[in-house]
Amino acid sequence: MHKATYKEAIREGLAEEMRRDSSVFLLGEDIGLHGGAFGLTKGLFAEFGPERVRDTPISESIIAGAALGSAVAGLRPVAEMMFGDFSAIAYDQIVNAAAKARFQFGGQCKAPMVVRMPVGALSWKSAGVVHCQSVDNWYVQVPGLKVVLPSTPYDAKGLLKSAIRDDNPVIFLEHKALYEYQDEVPDEDYVVPLGVADVKRRGSTCTAVTSGKMVHFALKAALELAKEGIELEVIDIRTLKPLDEETIFASVRKTHHAVVIHEGHRTGGLAADWGMRIYTGCLDWLDARIGWVAAHDVPIPYNDGLEKKVLPQPADILAAVRETCGAA
Amino acid sequence: MSDPSTEMLARMYYTMGLIRDFENKAAELFTRGILAKGGVHSSVGQEAVATGVGLSLRGDDWISSTHRGHGHHLAKGADPRRLMAELLAKDAGYCRGRGGSMHVAAFEIGSLGAYAMVGEGVPIAVGAALAEKMKGTDRVAVPFLGDGALGQGVVHESFNLASVWRLPVVFAVERNGIAVSTRCDQMVAPSTRLAELAQAYGLRYYGVDGQDVLAVHDAAGRAVAAARSGQGPALLDCRTYRFEGHYASEPQVYRRREEIDEMRRTQDPIAHFEAYLLDSGLFSTADLEALRRRSAEVVEDAAEFAQTSPEPDPSTYAEYVYA
Ligand SMILES: Cc1ncc(C[n+]2csc(CCOP(=O)(O)OP(=O)(O)O)c2C)c(N)n1
Repeated sequence: MHKATYKEAIREGLAEEMRRDSSVFLLGEDIGLHGGAFGLTKGLFAEFGPERVRDTPISESIIAGAALGSAVAGLRPVAEMMFGDFSAIAYDQIVNAAAKARFQFGGQCKAPMVVRMPVGALSWKSAGVVHCQSVDNWYVQVPGLKVVLPSTPYDAKGLLKSAIRDDNPVIFLEHKALYEYQDEVPDEDYVVPLGVADVKRRGSTCTAVTSGKMVHFALKAALELAKEGIELEVIDIRTLKPLDEETIFASVRKTHHAVVIHEGHRTGGLAADWGMRIYTGCLDWLDARIGWVAAHDVPIPYNDGLEKKVLPQPADILAAVRETCGAA
Repeated sequence: MSDPSTEMLARMYYTMGLIRDFENKAAELFTRGILAKGGVHSSVGQEAVATGVGLSLRGDDWISSTHRGHGHHLAKGADPRRLMAELLAKDAGYCRGRGGSMHVAAFEIGSLGAYAMVGEGVPIAVGAALAEKMKGTDRVAVPFLGDGALGQGVVHESFNLASVWRLPVVFAVERNGIAVSTRCDQMVAPSTRLAELAQAYGLRYYGVDGQDVLAVHDAAGRAVAAARSGQGPALLDCRTYRFEGHYASEPQVYRRREEIDEMRRTQDPIAHFEAYLLDSGLFSTADLEALRRRSAEVVEDAAEFAQTSPEPDPSTYAEYVYA
C-alpha cells in the first residue's frame, strides 16, 4: 500500500495501463508538457512522448470524434475534456455516434474508449455556470455508455483501469473537489469492476444512496447522526451506469429507510431515478417515504453563498435522514 | 479614415491604462485570496486590441466577449465598479454575482456577454447582427475571439453564416499565438494565414499589428463602417501577445521567461503609444501622467467599492432562471 491522492491515483492508473498496453493513448487540451488543466497527466508526456500524449486543438467535438474513430480502428483512446461542462460540445459524438456505434452497426465494431472529465463544484474556488456542473445526468440517460464517478483514490485508480480495459465507451467523471483527497492505494495491479457499488459505511437505521463528493458529505452526516442513534449506511454507487441495484436493494431491505443524494439537478436526475428503483424494488420493506436530496433546478451561480443554496449541503442530508427516520 | 482627434487619442491612452490597471488589480486581489473565485484571465499586453476596437464602435453596437474579456468591456464603456463587483461575486456586479469574470454581460453598453466556453460567444454576435439586419437598424456586432478559438467548429460555422447572409459582423481575432499552454501554430492549421481563411469564407480581411492602437482603431473603424453600410462581414486579424500567464499565478512551464521579458520590453502597446503621443507634440509627459493617475484612481475606487459592497442575498438564489 502507498498513499496517493485521487489525482495521483488516476495518473498512476493512466501510466500503468499505457505501459501495459501500447494501444492506449491520451488526447486532450494542454495535457502534454503542461500536464492538463488540473495536472492529471503531469509527467506522462515525459514518459510516453507526444505520440501517445497528444495535445489537441480546442475542439471538443473532434477530440471525442477522433477518439471514437481510433477506437473502432483498434486503439484504446483515453480522451480528456478539460471540464465536464465542455463535453457539451462533444455531446453529439459521444451520445449519437460513440454510444450507438456497436448497436447501430449490428455488432460489427466496438468502441473501447474512455472520456475523462472533471465535474462538480469547488465552492469557494468555483468558477460559475460552465465550470461546476455535475454532468452525470447528461450521460446516464444514454444506452451504450457506461458512466463512472469514483469517490476515493482506491476506486478512482481501480475503476479507471477497468474503464480502459472495457470494450465500450466509458464516461469517467472525476470530482474536482476530491482531487487532493489522499488515501491508501495498493502497490500491485488491481481493478475495481464496473457496475459494482460499494458500502462505504455500515449502518442499520437508514440507507444513503449517493456518489462522488456527496459520499463524503453523507459520511460526515453519518457521524453526527450516530450521536442521535441513527446508524446511516452509506452506499457509494461508483458506477452510475450500469447500476448495481442488488447492493442498494439489499441495504434498503435491511434498514427499511432510504435517502437518495445527488449533486446534479433534481428534475430528470439520478437521485429521482434511484428513488424510483428503490420504490419499485423495495416497497414492501420501506417504513417511510424516501428522502430526496438533489440540486435545485438553478444553474450553478458564481457567488459562493448562492452556490451553497443551489447545491446539496451536509445540513440538507442531515435534515432528510432525520425526516425519513422520523427524528425530525 | 481621418486621423483621430486629440480627444480620441487621450481616450485611447486612458482606456489602455484603465485596462492594464484593472487587470493588475484583479490579479492582485486574486493572489491575495480576496478574489478567490476560479480563474481571472489577464489581458495585459493586449490592451490595444480591445481599445482600438471598442473605441471604433458606437454605444449601441454589440460585442461578445471571451474568458479574457475585462478589457473588451472596459473599452466598450463598462462601469469599472460594477465590473469589479461582478469579479468579486457581489450583488452590485453587472450580473448580481451570478456570472463572474468569465460570464459577465452588460447589455446596457452593448455587451452580449463574455462566454467562458471557447468560441461560444461568436455565433451569438452573429445572431445579434442578424436581428439588427432584420430590424433594419445599422448596428454592427463584433465578436472577440482568440486564435485558439479557431479550433471550434462553431466559429467556422459563424464565419460561413455571416458571409452567406451578409451580416454586419466584424470578427475581431486576438491572435496572441497561444492558448493556455499550446502554441496556436501547432493546433490551428491556418493560424498565421487568416487572410486566406477570410478570403475562402468571403470575409473582408484587415490584418494589423495589435500592439499599435492606432492601427487597430483605423482598421476596425474601416471594417465597422463597411459592415454598417451593408458591405458584409469582415475578419480583423490583430497580432498580439499575452504578457501574463493564462490566468493569474499560472506558472507558464511552456515558454521561457526571457521571451516574455523581451516582448514586454519591445512590444508594450502602452509604451509604444506613449512614445508616439509625446513625439506628436500634442501631449506632454505631465498630460499622460495625469491620464494614468486617473485610471489608477478609478481602479482603486472600483476595487474599494467591490470589496465593501454586499453579497447577494442567498434567499434570491432561484431568481432569473426563467423570465
Ligand atoms: C469549450 C472550451 N474548451 C476549453 C476551454 C478551456 N480554455 C479556456 S481558455 C482556453 C484557451 C483559449 O485560447 P484563445 O481562444 O486563443 O484565447 P486566449 O486565452 O489566448 O485569450 C482554453 C482551452 C474552455 N474554456 N472552453
